[in-house]
Amino acid sequence: MWAFIDNYPLLAALLALLALGVIFGALLGFASVKFRTEGNPLAEQINDILPQTQCGQCGYPGCRPYAEAIAGGDAINKCPPGGEETIQALANLLDVEPEPLDAEHGVEKAPMVAYIREDECIGCTKCIQACPVDAILGAAKQMHTVIGSECTGCELCIEPCPVDCIDMVLRKSGIEHWQWPLPAPRQTGLDIIASDREQAA
Amino acid sequence: MIGDYALLLIGAVLVNNFVLVQFLGLCPFMGVSNKLETAMGMSAATTFVLTLASVCSYLTYNYLLEPLGLTYLRTISFILVIAVVVQFTEMVVRKSSPLLHRVLGVYLPLITTNCAVLGVALLNINKAHSFTQSLFYGFGAAVGFSLALILFAAMRERLAVADIPEPFQGAAIGMITAGLASLAFMGFAGLV
Repeated sequence: MWAFIDNYPLLAALLALLALGVIFGALLGFASVKFRTEGNPLAEQINDILPQTQCGQCGYPGCRPYAEAIAGGDAINKCPPGGEETIQALANLLDVEPEPLDAEHGVEKAPMVAYIREDECIGCTKCIQACPVDAILGAAKQMHTVIGSECTGCELCIEPCPVDCIDMVLRKSGIEHWQWPLPAPRQTGLDIIASDREQAA
Repeated sequence: MIGDYALLLIGAVLVNNFVLVQFLGLCPFMGVSNKLETAMGMSAATTFVLTLASVCSYLTYNYLLEPLGLTYLRTISFILVIAVVVQFTEMVVRKSSPLLHRVLGVYLPLITTNCAVLGVALLNINKAHSFTQSLFYGFGAAVGFSLALILFAAMRERLAVADIPEPFQGAAIGMITAGLASLAFMGFAGLV
């Protein structure tokens, strides 16, 4: 080995550099597999803070796309359902100055829930198609109703209703309307309604 | 023993400050010192990479190049080591702390071409530092770089709103300020 290096110093230099390159290349290759990031982890964290109303008031088709836009540098004050609280949480996470809610996208309101006046409902299913969280039950020519605990109060169902039978009512809060929290689903992986997916994630 | 390391650290941070006394790493010093916030991001990224690169290049030199008698390959090998350290750091930071990655992200690749990093690696060899000494020297150099960069950025933020004569505006006053800061740091020469 040493005699070889003494005889061919140039070849030894080439081999040494090659070995160095191969070792570092392998290290980086290993690191790129080991530290692979699925999607954008920052967008994930932002998405957890957003209220998941999927209302589209921010101008994006849902909370997830808006989270990705924020991760890409968009303003944090475009979410009226989240209001001041969400902006504060986002400002903390991203270490930026909290700003007041952008009035262009709507104003902060008390939590609302949709209510279908069932006598007037003609069973057209248009509100079911509009609902981003599948909180409306019903079938064609059957009366529809809203699952209160699933409704995010996004108001997207009001516009399509041909007979204007949907009202937004104030979500009741306070000790008189307090309910025991629901038990955790027995089976994990049960995937019936939107909140099941959230818990599984 | 501890006194030796303290001396080495103070020497690298103040007396032989890499930016203001040895004039290494001037590109990021002028380039990213416009805002205090970006200067801090750059400082954090550089501190991390400089310390790691100093140690890694020490290992490469003493366990690969020296035994094979290939010491003349040190410059090219160190550049390779630095590039790998930067790339590796970027991957780890992206995985472990997305927020830190957002702050440091754009500066990390820039560090590859920061001559202070290569300078520290080469000076470690010239001064025949041991492993721990290399570690402290690298860290001290990084702290010195951060100190100079942050001080300078803070000054430039004030200069931005100061009433400066027209011919001196922009980069000119920046250079003059850097020169004065350098003069001030020369004063530390009597410290050790």
